[in-house]
Amino acid sequence: MGGLARYAPLVILGVLWEAATRAGLVSTLALPPLSDVLRAGWELARSGDLAANAASSLYRAGAGLALAVVVGTALGVAMAWWRPVRLLAAPLVELFYPVPKSALIPVTALWLGFGDGSKILLIVLGCMIPVTLGAFNGARGCEQVLVWSARSMGASRLRVLWDVVLPNALPEILNGVRTALALSFVLLVSSELIVARAGLGYMIGFLGAGGTYDAMFAVVLTVALLGFLADRLYQLLMQRVLAWRE
Amino acid sequence: MARIGPILASLTRWSPVLALVLAWEALARSGIVTPFMLPSFVAVARRIGADTASGELLLNLGQTLYRALAGFGIAAAAGIALGVLVARYRPVRWFFDPLISVGFPMPKIAFLPVIALWLGYQDVSKITMIVFDSIFPVLTATIAGTAGVDKALLWSARSLGVGSRRILWEIVLPAALPEILTGLQVALPIALIVAIIAEMTMGGAGLGGAMMTAMRFADSPGVFAGIVETALAGYGVMQIMALVRRRLLVWHAEVLAPAAA
Repeated sequence: MGGLARYAPLVILGVLWEAATRAGLVSTLALPPLSDVLRAGWELARSGDLAANAASSLYRAGAGLALAVVVGTALGVAMAWWRPVRLLAAPLVELFYPVPKSALIPVTALWLGFGDGSKILLIVLGCMIPVTLGAFNGARGCEQVLVWSARSMGASRLRVLWDVVLPNALPEILNGVRTALALSFVLLVSSELIVARAGLGYMIGFLGAGGTYDAMFAVVLTVALLGFLADRLYQLLMQRVLAWRE
Repeated sequence: MARIGPILASLTRWSPVLALVLAWEALARSGIVTPFMLPSFVAVARRIGADTASGELLLNLGQTLYRALAGFGIAAAAGIALGVLVARYRPVRWFFDPLISVGFPMPKIAFLPVIALWLGYQDVSKITMIVFDSIFPVLTATIAGTAGVDKALLWSARSLGVGSRRILWEIVLPAALPEILTGLQVALPIALIVAIIAEMTMGGAGLGGAMMTAMRFADSPGVFAGIVETALAGYGVMQIMALVRRRLLVWHAEVLAPAAA
């Protein structure tokens, strides 16, 4: 229970929210009472709207992130392992790294329209860079002694890559993926707010434009909660995967 | 003549970028993709030239940078101040620690319509959104940095009778500076990303607004010009930040030993 007691300040904020709106300190137009928001959220959940839009959002984020992890890891490790790849790709990665990824929203929409494809492409392009950098740094930081001893024991280059370099790079790759996970939610929600016909971000914009603010707040809180839970689950997974290290 | 070497070296280093541009141009001209999907690089460069000549680029760039940097500045000042308070005072830590751990991984951009509802569609709401989003890395970096200060330094300063305010300014903050700067380096691109998103959703010109207009009119050279412009702006701002880091940490071992960056 000590773990939950830690979150007491959140409960205090919730109570303050409810009290301030009920007492009329804040206009309920600007901030609907928390209880109304929860009720609206329950209604959305019961009607199935929330689940349908959440499924479409999570599919986009999941597919984009999975592709970004595969491509990013492969590119990062290849850059660390083969000099020609590094010479070719390093300046390009350096060039794309500081690009504000949200600038890609209009072009992915131009290419693939307003559906799933454009969101997935946006997330792949945006989330690839942190994974690539993590994989590159991790694979480069691999101890040469380990590589040499594996080689001297007759392991082939590919074998060394798979059995020595990749496990060594794993912590940094996983850290890069964590950054990518957070980024994927940001890109997903903003692209859905701007150009979409389904998804949680679209729902927020749609409900807000219709003036049903209690429902809009409910979806905003759902998105926030999903992002938070995804990060927590990922951290648990990371501890599991890296348990062999210590 | 002695200067030719470095120029040649940087030319070879950046040649993949040149190759990318050439590949872009070749692909656009080959007819495999329509000019709508990928306008030629020359057309995009010409558009950027026209935007520069008409002053539109400067105006939009100024708007975006103003919003991003104002938000970043507020987030930096408030984040460092709050971070020091959280690290120092128990009640502050009790209240903010759970909020930070919940708020950091949360996609705060979802609150954009809420902030627009409260503050309207002007710069205030855009800057507020940028502060809300970019304050978290500064906060966590400041807390980690100030908590990690060598205790021996604090004890010796205290035993010499140094006041707590001077300890903060002369020992804690300088010692935490590398980590704080890392936090700022994470926060800066976030500020730019959010500035562009806010401009795309709320309008009000800027590079994001201009790209949105171009997209609505199916003006693909305009969209690609916007991407190149934002990319250059992002690159420039990050380079300046890296320079500031090197300047501020001249005394630090990190700068003395050339890191592989």
